[in-house]
Amino acid sequence: MTAIDKTDVVIVGSGFGGSIPAYHLAAGGAKVTVLERGPWLAAADFEHDYLLGSSYTRAFDFVVGDGMSVLGGNCVGGGSVVYFAAMPRAPRFVFERHGSIGRRMWPSVISRDTLEPWYDRVDESIPVSKQDWSDVSYAGGLWAAACNHSGRTANPAPVAVDNDTCVNCNFMMAGCKFDAKRSMLTNYLPAALSHGAEIRPLHEVQRLERTEDGSYRVHFDTVDEEDYRVHTGTGVIEAKVVIIAAGAGATPVILQRSEAALGEMPHGVGRYFSGNGERLNTAIIDEDRVREVLGLSREDGPVYSANHIGKGPTVANWDKLDGSLPEYERYSLEQLYFPPGLGTILAQVPGGEEPRWYGAEKKEILKQWANWLTIFLMTEDDNEGVFGTPPPTGNAYRISQQMLGRGSLRYDPTENTRHGWALADADCKAIIEKDGLAKVAPWTNDVVGAYTVHPLASCRIGDDAATSALHPNHELRNHPGIFVTDSASVPGALTVNPAMTIAALAERSVPGIVRELQARGVDVKYGAPSPDGSITGRRAVSKLDLVAGN
Amino acid sequence: MQPEATEEERVKDMTLEAYADTIVPGEKRYPEDRAIAGAAPGPGSVAAGALELLNFDATGVTAGLPYLAQSLNDHAKAYAGEVELELDHDVPPFVALPYEHRRELVNRLTTPGHPEKDGWVSLALFCNMAFDSAAHKHTAEAIREGHPGLLALGYTEPDADGFWRFPKYGYGRKLAELHPDTTPSGSPA
Repeated sequence: MTAIDKTDVVIVGSGFGGSIPAYHLAAGGAKVTVLERGPWLAAADFEHDYLLGSSYTRAFDFVVGDGMSVLGGNCVGGGSVVYFAAMPRAPRFVFERHGSIGRRMWPSVISRDTLEPWYDRVDESIPVSKQDWSDVSYAGGLWAAACNHSGRTANPAPVAVDNDTCVNCNFMMAGCKFDAKRSMLTNYLPAALSHGAEIRPLHEVQRLERTEDGSYRVHFDTVDEEDYRVHTGTGVIEAKVVIIAAGAGATPVILQRSEAALGEMPHGVGRYFSGNGERLNTAIIDEDRVREVLGLSREDGPVYSANHIGKGPTVANWDKLDGSLPEYERYSLEQLYFPPGLGTILAQVPGGEEPRWYGAEKKEILKQWANWLTIFLMTEDDNEGVFGTPPPTGNAYRISQQMLGRGSLRYDPTENTRHGWALADADCKAIIEKDGLAKVAPWTNDVVGAYTVHPLASCRIGDDAATSALHPNHELRNHPGIFVTDSASVPGALTVNPAMTIAALAERSVPGIVRELQARGVDVKYGAPSPDGSITGRRAVSKLDLVAGN
Repeated sequence: MQPEATEEERVKDMTLEAYADTIVPGEKRYPEDRAIAGAAPGPGSVAAGALELLNFDATGVTAGLPYLAQSLNDHAKAYAGEVELELDHDVPPFVALPYEHRRELVNRLTTPGHPEKDGWVSLALFCNMAFDSAAHKHTAEAIREGHPGLLALGYTEPDADGFWRFPKYGYGRKLAELHPDTTPSGSPA
C-alpha cells in the first residue's frame, strides 16, 4: 500500500484567490501544496502568437455555457496571468447592493471602509500604479477625448503594470513576455515558493472527501501538458484545511462533484453566478471626424488606427458610478483591447442587416479592425447564473486540445440585467457617435450567450445561509475546514474590474484560515509582510479585530 | 505524392469551404469556382486557410467534419424544398445554394434554441479565426507570407526577435477632467 501524501493546506488553483493565501500560510509556517490544473509558464514561454498551442491558448480557458460564456485563466498564476491588470477599488455603493434578494448582499462586516486596509495590502504587494495621461494608450486617449467632448469625465485606470517596462504590445492576455504585468508570477507566488510552498501544475482537482479525523482527501487527475483532454493519471493528497480557488467557473463545480462524499452543499453553491454585468461594444472610428471634432492626431500619420497598440484598458468613464442612482442603473464604461479570434467574431456590424456577426458586411468592418475602439460595460446584473450537473471531470466537456469547452452554466438575463445593459449601451452610443466620431454596436449574445471575463459569485460570501455559500470568514457553510477565497466568493457585480476586490478579499480571508489551521494543530502564524518585504500594509491590518489574537 | 482525394472527401471539403465562405466571404479563385460564392471582394476565409485550420487536430472539431458536412447538405436539401428552390446536382446541396440562401440557412442553424447550434457555432468560430487570427500558423510567419486576413486587419511585422513593441503608443496629454470623486489611489470613491 502506498502512503497517502499529506500536507497542512491544499490550495486548489493559483490565481489571486490561491496565490495570496499560499504566500501568507507558507510564510506563517504551514506546509502548503497548490494544485493548479494549467501549465506553469514564465516570461520565456509567453509568445506573441495566435497559433493554437501557443501560450495564448495554453494559458486560458473559454467555456461556453447556455446563455453565458466564461473566459478565465488556466495556468500557474491563473487569472492574473491573462488579465489586463486594471485594478480599481469597487465603489462604495457596491457593498450596499441588494440585488435580487431584497436585503444587503454583502456580509454586514464588509464595506468599502472595512475592506480598505485589505485593498491597501494588495496595493502595496502587487504593486498597483496610479497612471497619468502620459501612460494612456491611443485607444484610451481617444475614449477620454470622446467622453470630454460629451461633457463627461474620464480617468486613467489604476493598473498593475510596470509602465517603464511595458512595450505596449497588447499581447498581455497571452502572458507578459516582458514581466511588465504584475501577475502573481511576479510577487505572491515567488514569495510563497521561497517559504517552501509547493506548486503542482497540470493537477486538475475533481472532488474532495472527508477523512475520519475531519481532514480532507483531495482527488485530482494529472493532465497532459499539450492536450488537456488527455488525463495522464490520478492521485490523492490529504490536508487539514482545503482552500478552493479554482475560479468562479470551476470552484462550485468541484464542490458539486464532492457533494456525494461530503454531504449536502449550501444552497448558494453553484447559484447566484454573476457575469459582473459585462458587455462589450465595438465602435468603428472615423479618422477624419476624430481629427476635425477632437483635434487628435498621431505623430506618424494616422489619427487613431491603433487598436492593437497599448495595454488593455487604460481609461474608464465613471460618471454613472453614482450611489444616488437606482440599482441596475450604475455602470462604468471602460476602453478595452480585445484581440482577434474570440473577440472579433462577436463584434456586430453597426446598423447592418441581421445577422450582423458574420458575412460580407462583417468582413468590411474586419478590414477596419485597426480603427476599432472596444468599450467594456460593467453593469449591475441579477446574479441569475446557475450551474447544472457537473461534467465527469474538470468544469467543462473539453472540445479543443486547449481553451474551448462546453460547461453546465445556465444564464437567462432578467429584466433588471437587460435594463442595465440597455442603459449602458445607449450611453456608450451617445458618447461615441456624437458628431459622427464613430459607429457603434454591442457584441451579440446570440452566438455564445452573454460573455464575461470576470465571473463572480457562484459560491458567494454573505450573512444569510439561504443565499450565500460562505460564512463572512470565507468558510463553506456546514463544511468546516473548507474555504473559498477566489472570485466565486464575491457576492455580486462590482461595476468595475474585480481583480482588486478579489485580491483584497483573499487577503482578508487569511487570518481566519490561520486560526482554523491552529485549531487543527498546525503551528502557523499570521503576519507576513508584503512579498517584497514592505510592512506598511501589515502594520495597518494588525490593528483590526479580524487579525487580533494571531 | 498525396493520394487522390475520394469523391466523399471532395464533397466534404467543398461543403466546408462553402460554409467558411458564408462566414467570411471572398472572391472566387477561378471563374468556375462553386464552393466560393463570390459574395465579397478580396480573399475570404477559404483563402485565409479555413480548411487547414479545421483539419488542425488542436481545434477538436476535425473528427466531426464529415458528419457536419453531411448534416449541412441534409439541411440544405430540406431548406431548398421548403423555399421551393431547385438545386443543381453537380455540386453538394449546400454549395448549390446561392449566397443569400446559404446565409439564411446558417442563420437558422446558429440561432439560439437550435438543437445543433453548438456545432455550427464552433465551425463558424474556427472559420472566422482562420481569417482574423490565422490560428493554424505562427502569426509572424503568416504575416510574412502575406496572410490575407491578418493583412486585412492591419497587422504589421514584429521586431526582428518576433515580438511587437510600440515605442509610440499614446497622445501623451491630458484629454479629459478626472471624475471629482476619484480617491488619491486613482479609484472611484
